Amino acid sequence: MIRILFFAQLKEQLNKKEMTLPYQEITVKQLRERLEKEYSLPALSSVLFAINEEFAAEDDIIRDGDVVALIPPMSGG
Amino acid sequence: MMFQIVKEPIDVSRVIEAVVDRNAGAIVTFIGTVRELTKGKKTLYLEYEAYESMAQKKLEQIGAEIKQQFPNAKVAIVHRIGRLEITDAAVVIAVSTPHRADAYEANRYAIERIKEMVPIWKKEHWEDGSLWIGNQQETISYEKGIPKEMKS
Repeated sequence: MIRILFFAQLKEQLNKKEMTLPYQEITVKQLRERLEKEYSLPALSSVLFAINEEFAAEDDIIRDGDVVALIPPMSGG
Repeated sequence: MMFQIVKEPIDVSRVIEAVVDRNAGAIVTFIGTVRELTKGKKTLYLEYEAYESMAQKKLEQIGAEIKQQFPNAKVAIVHRIGRLEITDAAVVIAVSTPHRADAYEANRYAIERIKEMVPIWKKEHWEDGSLWIGNQQETISYEKGIPKEMKS
């Protein structure tokens, strides 16, 4: 299982803070595509992914038990 | 060194005190405040949200990057989240170094890094609506990959 966290506009659009998906191993790129196609999330091209609180590259592998955060464009400061 | 995400008003003097050092010849403090007018549009208030645990780590990372460039620097960064009113301080950054040029440079580095790699989001509320700002600008693309770990 992987846990996926949503923030800011994504959290509002989906009306939820997180969801759990039954993947054992999946790349960031694959997860991005599945979220868009199978779970009807809005286009995620401008969204960064973090795995266990570190920014991840497209070919990084997400494993069972990982916490993935979807990070829309940041606007702190 | 002090790195915090807080929900209450920021005590600026406490942030400055965190970088006081006998070998410091300068303390530069940056206070990011909530502005009423942006391109002629009137903001009523702002809401900040953070991925708090990761944001905390990323503020610490910025501190470490500054120490790498300026080994004698002391850094304190406090970012507030929740609802903020016009003129409220959203972020306070204090840097002390032996000489002022380094303190100015390191402080500037800290705010630019916050904007590019700390997971905090701002929602602007106007009389006629509201919008998450990262979304509004639509100028940010991550096609070139994840934020650089270290600026050259």
